[in-house]
Amino acid sequence: MKPAAFEYFRPVSIEDALRQLAGFAPEGKLIAGGQSLAPMMNMRLARPAQLIDVNDLTELAYVREAGGWLRIGALTRHHELAASALVRRHCPLLAQAAQTIGHYAIRQRGTIGGSLAHADPAAQLPLVAVTLGVRLHLRRQDGERTVDAGDFFLSAMTTALAPDEMIEWIEVPKAQPGEAAAFRLFNRRHGDYAIIAAAATVECEGGTVRRLRLGVGGAAAVPQSLRTLAEAARGRLADDGWVAEVAQAAAQQVAVEEDARVSVQYRRELTELLVGRALGRALTRLRA
Amino acid sequence: MDRQSITLTVNGRNFEFAAEPRKLLSDALREDCGLTGTHVGCEHGVCGACTVLVDGQPVRACLTFAIQMEGHEISTIESVGGHGALSPLQQALHETHGLQCGFCTPGIVMTFEAFLRANPDPSEEEIREALSGNLCRCTGYQNIVAAIRLAAARIRESA
Repeated sequence: MKPAAFEYFRPVSIEDALRQLAGFAPEGKLIAGGQSLAPMMNMRLARPAQLIDVNDLTELAYVREAGGWLRIGALTRHHELAASALVRRHCPLLAQAAQTIGHYAIRQRGTIGGSLAHADPAAQLPLVAVTLGVRLHLRRQDGERTVDAGDFFLSAMTTALAPDEMIEWIEVPKAQPGEAAAFRLFNRRHGDYAIIAAAATVECEGGTVRRLRLGVGGAAAVPQSLRTLAEAARGRLADDGWVAEVAQAAAQQVAVEEDARVSVQYRRELTELLVGRALGRALTRLRA
Repeated sequence: MDRQSITLTVNGRNFEFAAEPRKLLSDALREDCGLTGTHVGCEHGVCGACTVLVDGQPVRACLTFAIQMEGHEISTIESVGGHGALSPLQQALHETHGLQCGFCTPGIVMTFEAFLRANPDPSEEEIREALSGNLCRCTGYQNIVAAIRLAAARIRESA
């Protein structure tokens, strides 16, 4: 398995990269960690005519505070997300999810911008992005814009990114006091993409739910934030009965697409199980 | 696409050769640098056999184009141990029967050279999680885990 031929470019600045991207659109492609793009190229599922390597743009690799948000540069690697004190403290859901991506060596290379732009339906970071309501800052040669995660993922491997646009950074809302998060996924082999993944944050006051955010990935073409269900949780007593009720409702409400490999029924059962476990874990953390 | 001149720094030595940009690092190491200790298994990042270190971090050589690695320090299995001498992890793999055919071993050794530097006292669970990125089809993983634990203990003692 060898990739098809391509021309290689190694820009020295963001402007340089955007100029090349605009010049080669729609044939050129950015490569960051390459942990999804390179296998696709090896299998010839992707054959970009030009490859624009942004790995030298270390000005795109950072985590910093920006008011009530954490701003994270697109070239930040998964292992940095998992280990960053800022991410663990302010966006624990993101740190936990990043730790489950692929394998040790994969996490050393893969980047948050790459994972979001690749938009695999079962990937961890797109799920966290829609669950938390992340904002993505996109840049092109002659402009920039900010897009909400809910508007960014259009379909499987398809995003709102124009061919000449790149993700420059994302902003993740900081966790509130009295909030805990948990991420759970199931796959047949450790490190594979999830068959179902569940992401949850629960904010409580005196045992009562103030805010729930709940997302499910792997079920359909894009990860889903279960907003109606989350809104109904406000003011409920956060006990085991509530967890079971939310898990059942999530399994019924989540949109599931048929797949030759995994039945709809099985994905719904996994949704109930994993949402229940994620909520249970988040509540345990809150009580600790 | 035309071949271009590429210079790689591998195990502290410079290798200059001509190759297309699409040449994978795994192939360049074996064919252009003559370093055949890096093994090529699945060629899509699943098996871990081709794992090498780039600037000290474990990387799948089959998911990296050689041309991307100009200006970086690559370490392969040939840099581990020395003539007639085994690294602590190699010695431990030998003693605990942590390999049979040995095809996956270079990738495991390179992964854990980096892992044990970053995590000198890992739990068994952490070892197994890290080892999940390296497929072994002969021995099962018990003896490999035992070897990593033994090597970690010896490295800690000698530190």
